[in-house]
Amino acid sequence: MMRPRLNWGLGVLLPALLVAAPAFADDPPKIDTGDTAWMLTSTALVLMMTIPGLALFYAGMVRKKNVLATMMQSFTICCLVTVVWMVAGYSLAFTNGNAYIGDFSRFLLSGIGSNIVKGVDQVFVLGAGTDAAVPTTVPESVFMMFQMTFAIITPALIAGAFADRMKFSAMCIFMVLWSLFVYSPIAHWVWAPTGWMFALGVLDFAGGTVVHINAGVAGLVCALVLGKRNGYGTNNMAPYNLAYAVIGASMLWVGWFGFNAGSALSAGGRAGMAMAVTQIATAAAALGWMFAEWITKGKPSVLGVVSGAVAGLVAITPASGFVLPGSAIIIGLAAGVVCFWAATSLKHMLGYDDSLDAFGVHGVGGIVGALLTGVFAYAALSATDATPDGISGGIDQLKLQVIGVVATIVYTGVMTLILLMITKALVGLRVAEEEEREGLDIVLHGEQIF
Amino acid sequence: MKLIMAIIKPFKLDDVREALTPLGVQGLTVSEVKGFGRQKGQTEIYRGAEYHVSFLPKIKIEVVVADDLADSVIEAIAKSAHTGKIGDGKIFVLDIARAMRIRTGETDTEAL
Repeated sequence: MMRPRLNWGLGVLLPALLVAAPAFADDPPKIDTGDTAWMLTSTALVLMMTIPGLALFYAGMVRKKNVLATMMQSFTICCLVTVVWMVAGYSLAFTNGNAYIGDFSRFLLSGIGSNIVKGVDQVFVLGAGTDAAVPTTVPESVFMMFQMTFAIITPALIAGAFADRMKFSAMCIFMVLWSLFVYSPIAHWVWAPTGWMFALGVLDFAGGTVVHINAGVAGLVCALVLGKRNGYGTNNMAPYNLAYAVIGASMLWVGWFGFNAGSALSAGGRAGMAMAVTQIATAAAALGWMFAEWITKGKPSVLGVVSGAVAGLVAITPASGFVLPGSAIIIGLAAGVVCFWAATSLKHMLGYDDSLDAFGVHGVGGIVGALLTGVFAYAALSATDATPDGISGGIDQLKLQVIGVVATIVYTGVMTLILLMITKALVGLRVAEEEEREGLDIVLHGEQIF
Repeated sequence: MKLIMAIIKPFKLDDVREALTPLGVQGLTVSEVKGFGRQKGQTEIYRGAEYHVSFLPKIKIEVVVADDLADSVIEAIAKSAHTGKIGDGKIFVLDIARAMRIRTGETDTEAL
């Protein structure tokens, strides 16, 4: 969807840029310092979502013996994916390549500094040299870093599905493979101008398919392949400290402004609307989950209201930048209620042990958001001089969204299964039963929180 | 000498301490404990998963007193820890063979 995300988004703000689009133009467009400042800020916000946001959110929901191991997963994934992204991930995702995968022209980020003269960089043009080239107003270093933080949080989200039982070595191997063979290709499909979903016109402003459906479905496959935790359904698996989870979810909420409003790749009207609908949908989803739980279970739980907020953040992710506040309320409410049902009923009906509901919240919330984006898209937000009609929600757009959702589910489902089997053959996936009983903190890391 | 061991509701600890001081009790030991009795446990629900928590938090008080003080101490604890609701706790009394204050070497009732 990066066509709308970049091309039409920027067109609203900087129509002159489109004229000067080719990278080899005589007078290359200058970097916009305001846009760049916002993108640097957004990058830091999105990194904060993973460490410590997601680390705290997840760690608060596991048992006392697994708190450190859970935080270790988020932190280590952050470090691993940073290196993977630098070596090949970025190149595979965002260079031209073909419709399915990028090439190796940015292997080890080679050439990323070649346009810098006296400390001044040129603007980055995504898909430079192709017909669909999309100019930005920021340097490539900033674009690469911003996208890196997305590449980091996506595998970290998966970790919620296999919490309490996966080997650390297996997790490291699996996440490196997954980042290269699942995340980078899907990011390329959706956000690189040469990608097939981009060309088709599938809308995903900030990562409903690339990040959330992708991570959610991968999490579901992990939960199914690894099997249930020992004692699931009989032992007390109540969260150790929900205060951590509340703090983590709150940091996710704040960081998400970088995620969604940052995905405008500029500091303008579209970023502003993306931020507004993010706040509104999140609140609506939190209330939706809270009231659904209050009515059906008798009490509005703290874990429920923060889970609802995360579900809302997930659902508005693909839609932010395309929808107005009225639609955001509906998207949020729908996500809150549907994800509540997925995490509290569907999971128990189907019998898989998705420990922290990576699928129930991110997978299901992502699907709700991706589909409703096709329903509620408001044309003026994505309209430009070049495409004055913009993109309106409707049955045709909804069909495209369904294609995007189904393709992502199938690819990530199959590839995750294959990568898990490879990892299993190399080091095995689960810790031994007595190690699981003793707790991952002491067994895997030799440390405890108490 | 008697060891009086009382399991009480956590929020009653200060009431019990205030009731014991005027009796001349010079010290006591308090522990945070968990257990169950007729109160049974309670149910917690996290994202639809119900857990029955069978061990509830309680406070255990241990105080050693001379034989002649034991009855009034038991009575004071029973009165100050009482709410009339299920889960108020229990009092146990044991005989103590010897006691010593480590600092001075005093023994038995002088050590209390």
